[in-house]
Amino acid sequence: MKSHYSDPTTSQIVERRVLCVLVDNEPGVLARIAGLFSGRGYNIESLTVSETEHEKHLSRITIVTSGTPNVLNQIEAQLDRMVPVHRVVNLAAKASIERELALVKVSQNGPDRSEHRMEALRLATAFGAKTVDATLNSFIFELAGPADDVERFINLMTAIGLVEVSRTGAAAIGRGAEPM
Amino acid sequence: MSETMTGAEMVVRALQDQDVQHIFGYPGGAVLPIYDALFQQNSVEHILVRHEQGAVHSAEGYARSSGKVGVVLVTSGPGATNAVTGLTDALLDSIPLVCFTGQVPTHLIGSDAFQECDTVGITRHCTKHNYLVKRIEDLPRIIHEAFYVARSGRPGPVVIDIPKDIQFASGTYLPPGDMIHKSYRPRTEGDSSRIEAAVAMMAKAKRPVFYTGGGIINAGPEASRLLREFAKLTGFPVTSTLMGLGAFPANSPQWLGMLGMHGTYEANLAMHGCDLMINLGARFDDRITGRLDAFSPDSRKIHVDIDPSSINKNVKVDLGIVGDCAKVLAEMVRIWKEKKYQPEAEALKGWWGEINKWRGRNSLGYARSKDIIKPQYAIERLYELTKDRNTYVTTEVGQHQMWAAQHFHFNEPNRWLTSGGLGTMGYGLPAAIGVQKAHRDALVIDIAGEASILMNMQEMSTAAQYRLPVKVFILNNEYMGMVRQWQELLHGGRYSESYSQALPDFVKLADAYHAHGIRCADPAKLDDAIREMIDYPGPVIFDCLVAKEENCLPMIPSGKAHNEMILPDFAGEIGDVIDAKGKQLV
Ligand SMILES: Cc1ncc(C[n+]2csc(CCOP(=O)(O)OP(=O)(O)O)c2C)c(N)n1
Ligand SMILES: [Mg+2]
Repeated sequence: MKSHYSDPTTSQIVERRVLCVLVDNEPGVLARIAGLFSGRGYNIESLTVSETEHEKHLSRITIVTSGTPNVLNQIEAQLDRMVPVHRVVNLAAKASIERELALVKVSQNGPDRSEHRMEALRLATAFGAKTVDATLNSFIFELAGPADDVERFINLMTAIGLVEVSRTGAAAIGRGAEPM
Repeated sequence: MSETMTGAEMVVRALQDQDVQHIFGYPGGAVLPIYDALFQQNSVEHILVRHEQGAVHSAEGYARSSGKVGVVLVTSGPGATNAVTGLTDALLDSIPLVCFTGQVPTHLIGSDAFQECDTVGITRHCTKHNYLVKRIEDLPRIIHEAFYVARSGRPGPVVIDIPKDIQFASGTYLPPGDMIHKSYRPRTEGDSSRIEAAVAMMAKAKRPVFYTGGGIINAGPEASRLLREFAKLTGFPVTSTLMGLGAFPANSPQWLGMLGMHGTYEANLAMHGCDLMINLGARFDDRITGRLDAFSPDSRKIHVDIDPSSINKNVKVDLGIVGDCAKVLAEMVRIWKEKKYQPEAEALKGWWGEINKWRGRNSLGYARSKDIIKPQYAIERLYELTKDRNTYVTTEVGQHQMWAAQHFHFNEPNRWLTSGGLGTMGYGLPAAIGVQKAHRDALVIDIAGEASILMNMQEMSTAAQYRLPVKVFILNNEYMGMVRQWQELLHGGRYSESYSQALPDFVKLADAYHAHGIRCADPAKLDDAIREMIDYPGPVIFDCLVAKEENCLPMIPSGKAHNEMILPDFAGEIGDVIDAKGKQLV
């Protein structure tokens, strides 16, 4: 009889995982979750949190993390055993929808100004971004979409005058009729 | 029945309702209302320690020897920060504690007030859970919940930080009800199909070993009883971690001794060579596994643990079962009997033959001496002279701790108390005080090192005040022996700062603490001296002068596998054993 494990943890491939964590919205709960990640050396790519069910004092935290499958399973188990945590769901394992909101400020100066302004607007239209602020030499776009789209949009804008970005990090939800 | 009372009174009433008889604490400005409430009643006895770290270790000793929740009460700021080491110790060794800390009044929180510290922030990482009470309405629920969280699931320490204005405020007290927590629901029943699969694997095993840990002790005496029964039914060998000693009787022929870094040759080789490992309430700690990629390479592994995060954390197992050890063992025993399983007798005989060959190496052997007390000999004699008594042993941390684990034998659970996970020097004396408080008539011995004992020596005053006849048995080698041993192993014998210089005269110190002092350096006089210690009706400090440069063997050097142990008959230079990579490990 041979054990099913022979490859040490280190040789495993690093994966990305989206976790939904339902917690009691009590003071300090976010510090607890963030502290777990820093204390045990886990990665956080993004973390979003907001109260979702006010009467029940429930908050929903979406964490995007990365690690080897062993580490990711360990993260889930560590989250799950915390006293204020109701549930931990691995959304990547299910069909799910992930969205992020970005506010992107571009400003145009210099000789290519009007050409850049046109291009910025064309790209915004192509990505379905809303123009939420404009001056004679700047725009602020609001883009909601998968993290990849946001990433591409920001990269394109870099070439035509990106000056500032604010991103929310991912919010995610499972597809279909069933709740988590 | 609800009643109106102050927050401080609620604390005391909740303690009564939680059936708490003893608490360990130290007063200060931010807990005065609670001390006042304690003053006005008689059912909860407060034991005044001499340092808050001592309070927490005492509560740990009390809890681990009695199976109850240990309770601590300290003031804000330095009171709370002094408790941190003890809380961390309890977290790593899964000891149920509730620690009340005073806090500055709510309107001053965040203002850097006198003796303010962010207690919930500081203790978040060293507690199972903690609470800051901001409203008097929440206080009774939080206290009862804290007791529930501390003792259920994988036990651990819980802190309740209570601002002083909340202690004065009045509100409605609620007695403990049925605890159904909103989010915290530890699983205690193991999955039955998995248990069945585990038992089927055991019935087919040819080279099995039970690897047991502190989880059996935490699951209560019934778990130890079931382990004995199951071991008898199967005939399998049993080894245990440092934390699990006593769950299985050391006088059983199936007992292999402790495993791990300073475990026996037979226990470690059985772990290395087994085809089925049955881990019951242990956590594959690095002191146990040694080099991970060479850990028990040919075995299938079953792991029973109440904490799901322990399963597959360090070692990937073939079958994990989340549940309380007592409940899972009861199921295992039932299924084994019901299915009329029989162990693989022929194969087991061969396995025991191998084990007995390893036993023949006598890995706990040592060179005896007529002139000087060998530390192992001192423990052997201490065991022989106390084994027929109602004895509890605590330890400090170092070589003496490992010698105690190797040479003092435990046949019952809850009799052995040591700081395993954190390795806290200074644990033993306050823990012994806690044990003695829970077991007035028992013989309680702290097996100590001369360096460790100085870390919480002040607690001798506590022992004197409460007439707790604890015996401090110091293996005095004039070295931080374990540090010295590692310096010999790793750093060419350059004993940097590990010599115990300017030691106090422990006999005089005993006198100063209203205790009895004994010194012994002669092996021929040791038995009489130990008897004198046992017979003395009060606390004793026994300064046992032992061989100074003895190494604690056997040993799995860091970075090595179980089958690469250094045995006592090793002839080479131990400084040559560990390679550069191993030297980086702890
Ligand atoms: C609080 C604390 N500080 C430091 C250490 C590191 N340490 C481990 S064993 C040891 C030496 C203990 O010396 P002693 O109490 O004399 O025991 P011996 O090893 O000589 O038996 C030290 C310093 C520790 N475990 N705990
Ligand atoms: Mg010493």
